[in-house]
Amino acid sequence: MTTPNIDWAQAARDPRFVEMVEKKRKFLFSLMAFSVVFYFLLPLGAAYAPGLWATKIFGVVNFGLLFAISQFIVAWSIAFIYTRRANREFDAASEALKRDILAQAGQRA
Amino acid sequence: MKKTQGGALALAAAAALFASPALAQSAGVVAPEFRWLTFLVFAAIIGLTMFVTYRAASKVKSASDFYTAGGGISGVQNGWAIAGDYLSAASFLGIAGLISIYGYDGFMYSVGWLVAYITVLLVIAEPCRNIGKYTLADILAYRNNPKATRIVGAISVIVVSTFYLTAQMVGGGVLVKTLIGIDYKISVVTVGMLMLAYVIFGGMVATTYVQIIKAILLVIASIVLVLLVWSQYGFFGGFLENAVNDPKIQARVVQLLGDKSAGMTATELGQRFLEPGLYFTSPLDQISLGLALVFGTAGLPHILMRFFTVPSAKEARVSVIWAMAIIGGFYVLTLFLGLGAAMKVGAPNILLADRGGNMAAPILAQYLGGGADSMLGNFMLAFVAAVAFATIVAVVAGLVLASASAIAHDLYVGVIRGGSATAEEQVKAARIASLVVGAMAIVIGIAAEGQNVAHLVALAFAVAASANFPCILLTLFWKRCNTGGIVLGMIVGTLSAILLVLASPNTEYPNTVRNNANTAIATQTARIETLNAELATAADAARQAEIRTAISSSEAAIASARANIARVEGRTTNLLGLSEPLIGLRNPGIISIPLGFLAVILGSLLWRDPRSEALWDEVYVRQNTGLGAAAASKH
Repeated sequence: MTTPNIDWAQAARDPRFVEMVEKKRKFLFSLMAFSVVFYFLLPLGAAYAPGLWATKIFGVVNFGLLFAISQFIVAWSIAFIYTRRANREFDAASEALKRDILAQAGQRA
Repeated sequence: MKKTQGGALALAAAAALFASPALAQSAGVVAPEFRWLTFLVFAAIIGLTMFVTYRAASKVKSASDFYTAGGGISGVQNGWAIAGDYLSAASFLGIAGLISIYGYDGFMYSVGWLVAYITVLLVIAEPCRNIGKYTLADILAYRNNPKATRIVGAISVIVVSTFYLTAQMVGGGVLVKTLIGIDYKISVVTVGMLMLAYVIFGGMVATTYVQIIKAILLVIASIVLVLLVWSQYGFFGGFLENAVNDPKIQARVVQLLGDKSAGMTATELGQRFLEPGLYFTSPLDQISLGLALVFGTAGLPHILMRFFTVPSAKEARVSVIWAMAIIGGFYVLTLFLGLGAAMKVGAPNILLADRGGNMAAPILAQYLGGGADSMLGNFMLAFVAAVAFATIVAVVAGLVLASASAIAHDLYVGVIRGGSATAEEQVKAARIASLVVGAMAIVIGIAAEGQNVAHLVALAFAVAASANFPCILLTLFWKRCNTGGIVLGMIVGTLSAILLVLASPNTEYPNTVRNNANTAIATQTARIETLNAELATAADAARQAEIRTAISSSEAAIASARANIARVEGRTTNLLGLSEPLIGLRNPGIISIPLGFLAVILGSLLWRDPRSEALWDEVYVRQNTGLGAAAASKH
């Protein structure tokens, strides 16, 4: 599919585009950074804090097991948080932008 | 015409599966009198996938149909297909096995495989859907020199896929051999022929449905097994309490800890199984592996390719969410499968069937169904074996499709033909490339029989994380990135990961092999002497038979040690010419990933490429809005 009439430089400078991309970038970066740090706490803790990992929380269930299970819950939560924001905010913003950019390209044609 | 060929190929494959006589009956192998059950289950699954391929074959008319199912796969379908593509035998059987013989560490290992999808979700899936068309190199070629980046991109795809493919073919061959009792070469050829039938006739449409079917079967099998395990050992807290108090698990911990277990009470031993440190001994290596998983998944060509099969970025997002739910849920169930196998079957029996622990889940199924003599037990084993078989075929099909697209779309159409080829020519090129790659996979699979290929999957992830991931990430998100960076990054990332592995303890060092073999010979010779002395004084016939068995197993150990010495005869250095490992690190990620990033940055800064910069606005707007993204064709 070709879209020859689009002025990409103008679209990239559109304040709404700049705002959306900036917001998205910050949001994605913080989620990504959190998930990486949280994940590597698992091998680091298991290797360097075996005492904490072996501490029993209830019954035979220890901290290490709960922390490993929390990794699954955190991963799913990050996916949920991102999807919710993308569905509510980013999708609408990019749809609106797409319409305007295509309309402008149509005028030039 | 094509369809009849597909059918003939399938029949030949099915016939090959059952032509050979059964091997000796043992745990993990369906007993000869129940082999009709295996035949039934396998025939049902192969029949179903062949039917899907038959239906798909008529839909494959253009390159887009062949590579990406015309972009007409829904997000939910794609999520299941990603899970089917990703949950290879290594994760299906390997992780359950690790948990069953090492406890907590095995479970910890599974976490990285899920976390990897956060990277895919947040930075890769949507932009790639918006920018790409069929292959990884499409993304790189968008704003960089198309020929140069297609060549390096395609090479890297082929390298990653070949490592992964070799591991799957060899692992799959061994698995099918163990599970069904057929010859290794026949299993490899069967897997290869079936996979070729799916890919060549049904392209991405058939491959996708095969992956979906496999993922659904895998999930059903796991849920049934876990419910049975729970019904015997209780749910979460009670289940773990049973595990701690289980004598088989306690005995395994004693075996793992050796002298260190002295003075520990029985429950302390059992509890130790739920604590880290029984498998992973080097935190640095584990972190290095974690890095390769978390960043490498986003650079795996067969996973990336799946995002081109959905119609929009939103559907790409939906597919990752589904994939994460299925993959994560599966790994949580694996904890119960692994510990269940440790209690029900016990580590010694699991290790007896396969030294890597890969047979834990299949044997657990057999035991849960009533054991090796029962019909239900054999049916459940046959079912799990069929799922494992479908797993290998589905994963291999995805890998072959990814390699074939790199050869046909990037190298042939993109570079040699300069981008101009008719729809028929493109599909023909894709089919020929698939045939060549598939045939190579079979040849490699047979040639690599008996080789230790376990580290090849980790190497595939390491190359993907060190070469593909930095290149994709920076061309999508860094304005200054250009052709120089992509070419240098691909070369440095790929080579550094491979060289580091060749210089690591992963490869075979003849001197080490010789020393180990000599030690083994000395120990076993001494043991045979002791046993012979015992045999002379042994009173009853039963004891004598026991000792004779022990002697013959020691003799077998000596023979295998001698064979090892003969194999490395005259060699003192490994593949790279080293007499001993240069680095202790088994997983190169922690070094090669930063090197890959550095190379992309350095190459970009040293190179001037006005085109890369001129196209930045377009790339950036497109990847964020989906403007002009290849639309789905209507089926």
